[in-house]
Amino acid sequence: MKQSLRTPISLAVISLIGLWLLVASTGATTMIKTATDTDIFALPDIAINTTVSSAIAFALMVLVAAASFYFARKLNKKTPLWLILIYGFGLIYGILVWLFAGATMPISALLSGALALAVPLVFGSLAGVLSERVGIVNIAIDSQLLAGAFISALAATLSHNLYVGLIGAIIGGAIVSWVLATFAIKYVVDQIIVGVVLNVLIVGITNFFYSTLFADNVSLFNQPPRFDRILIPLLGQIPVIGPVLFNQTLIVYLMYLAVAGVWVALFKTRWGLRVRAVGEYPKAADTVGIKVFRTRYISVMIGGALAGLGGAFFTLGQVGAFGKEMTNGAGYIALAALIFGRWNPIYAAFAGLLFGFAQNLQYGLAIIGSPVPSEFLLMLPYALTAIAVAGLVGKVTGPAAAGKPYIKS
Amino acid sequence: MNKIVKEIFSPSMRLTLLAVLASFVFGGVLVAFASSEVQTAATYLFARPGDFFLAVWNAVFGAYDALFRGSIFNYKVDNLLGMIKPITETLAYATPITLAGLGLAVAFRSGLFNIGATGQIVFGAMFAGFVALNVPLPAGLHLVVAVIAGILGGAFYGALVGFLKAATGANEVILTIMFNYIAALLLAFLLKTPIFQAPGSQNPISSAVPESAKFPFIFGDQVRIHGGLILMLVAVVAVWWLLNRSSTGFQFRALGHNPSAAKVAGINIGLTYVLVMAVSGALSGIAGATQILGTEKFLTGGVAASFGFDAITVALLGRNNPFGVLAAGILFGGLRAGAVTMQANQGVPIDIVLVVQSLIVLFIAAPPLVRSMFRIKAEKGGAK
Repeated sequence: MKQSLRTPISLAVISLIGLWLLVASTGATTMIKTATDTDIFALPDIAINTTVSSAIAFALMVLVAAASFYFARKLNKKTPLWLILIYGFGLIYGILVWLFAGATMPISALLSGALALAVPLVFGSLAGVLSERVGIVNIAIDSQLLAGAFISALAATLSHNLYVGLIGAIIGGAIVSWVLATFAIKYVVDQIIVGVVLNVLIVGITNFFYSTLFADNVSLFNQPPRFDRILIPLLGQIPVIGPVLFNQTLIVYLMYLAVAGVWVALFKTRWGLRVRAVGEYPKAADTVGIKVFRTRYISVMIGGALAGLGGAFFTLGQVGAFGKEMTNGAGYIALAALIFGRWNPIYAAFAGLLFGFAQNLQYGLAIIGSPVPSEFLLMLPYALTAIAVAGLVGKVTGPAAAGKPYIKS
Repeated sequence: MNKIVKEIFSPSMRLTLLAVLASFVFGGVLVAFASSEVQTAATYLFARPGDFFLAVWNAVFGAYDALFRGSIFNYKVDNLLGMIKPITETLAYATPITLAGLGLAVAFRSGLFNIGATGQIVFGAMFAGFVALNVPLPAGLHLVVAVIAGILGGAFYGALVGFLKAATGANEVILTIMFNYIAALLLAFLLKTPIFQAPGSQNPISSAVPESAKFPFIFGDQVRIHGGLILMLVAVVAVWWLLNRSSTGFQFRALGHNPSAAKVAGINIGLTYVLVMAVSGALSGIAGATQILGTEKFLTGGVAASFGFDAITVALLGRNNPFGVLAAGILFGGLRAGAVTMQANQGVPIDIVLVVQSLIVLFIAAPPLVRSMFRIKAEKGGAK
């Protein structure tokens, strides 16, 4: 069978962006500021000519596109993922340098802002991975985040204890996902309907209590403490990425553990094998004695608990107080990250980081007064995901049984 | 007539009514919980339980009484216009909800899970708004062309999803969710450009739609009922005809029942996907057009409001039947209209509507849950 030319052609077409960057570049210089206060040794700022960088990016993209054609036609193989990653790197590099032409790009500030926006996305996408891998479509990630944010603020305020807040968030997220699982499994309701409705139901409930309970008694119900940053010695002093990754709150460190933990659990343990079996072919799993329903409940609820933690980041990790609809649709971007990351916890986490970066870029660009409209940066996660599900860059398919109820006969 | 009576007392209708009832009861619990009078009375519940129950009754009755007066009939004013104004508000809200709900019903019946009413409403409103604001035409013709543009806008955005599904097998749920956000952001961007932004304005809002492109008010300027309502009623009948009497509708439903069988029967699946989504998007497009040309008269970023979600609930509650969708649209339109009065008079947050609405849909979708709540035995033959 011949390999489809869809990927090479798509890569070639997207390379036109690189060509446009080259044509539209003015030859101005972009300064990349890498130094921060905590570095052991400070890297010097780097000056890059935008025309040169656009040329490099364009060349990289054309080369990868050509290699992709070569793989498809001569070797009859799929384009390997690392080639597509190089391509993506070239594209992002070219666009970034071009966007900051004639100005200074504060790379550390951009990255740390990106991480802050990405934390709920990563937790949310892990919730999606655990849910969809076991065969339950989770459109309700947003509601799990929101429930986590709400309950963590309430619990931490009432108890004056951050850890009680975190536990509350875990329970809150798990309860919402339990409702999703119950309606999907016990009542065999269409999982997409339950997800969409849950998102609105939780918005309604949290808004209602926000207006009636929180608004008049802020100090009583909605004034939680916040987590302090913890600087990890040595790791935190690596130039550029050190302070970004290793001078963070507890919730961020939990996120690193969660990404690794979900990956190990899904792909290296017996439980993970069972989860994936149930998500791909529940009947076969049932035949060999795996308890399909119980596996589904447990996996979905662990996912909800993780999403709850992501919700706690909005309150205990960042703002402190709970605000109406404070997730601002993050659950839907997490859904996008999960699909863009092909139902793999590690890819999904990187997709979450990428989407967080794109969202955060608007603030960096606003500071230098760039004319690029923020709406297009915000659009990026959705557009990339639409492109991904349309199969333009490789085929994206989820677990086979996701969305289909299992009826034991 | 007998048939209608039979339908009302049918097991499935009874479950629907019980689901609505249960949701209102739950909403009442929330209202009572949030009432400060109830909270005070609860502190001496065991000393004087009567006070507590009286406070609960007052809170819940007050809220639902305000809901009734805001949505159906206001018996507390002494002029006719004020009395019937609530029902006209209900119909004004019901117009876009029902139109978009009809669109989704067409898609759901054809087996396509279109979550994208929000984006399709936005596209309808943008296209209609573009013609209304930027294309000078004589009165009468202007409105017609603007509405047609709205239909085309919604149809285009819907058909795009149908095309992608047909060409690449992409999942329409994911596509429509992503497309909703893309449409909203595109509108936000365009509202900051001269294409839509009112000259001299710093805010993301268009100038007012000119008179020539406005839907005429039917009952004078005092009530917000405009030609869009008639368009909506026509659409209900048209969708009924399309789905139940036309051969295209037969193909749609065949696709919904069993795509493989439809393919074997010689139906062009890919083309039907595109057509279904175009029709579905067109109806949401009309909803967008009626909002900007009739109710709102400006184009803003909030043109789709929560109509996208309302449309999903309306289509489900109406069981994808055009007349059912109309009834459900009026119910939810009433909830929206009444909630405004409820918030103003009783201080009950408007969000209670979202809770009641979501619960109705959850209960409708899970008949066994409602049956166990009301201890009804399952009907023979597995009535849904």
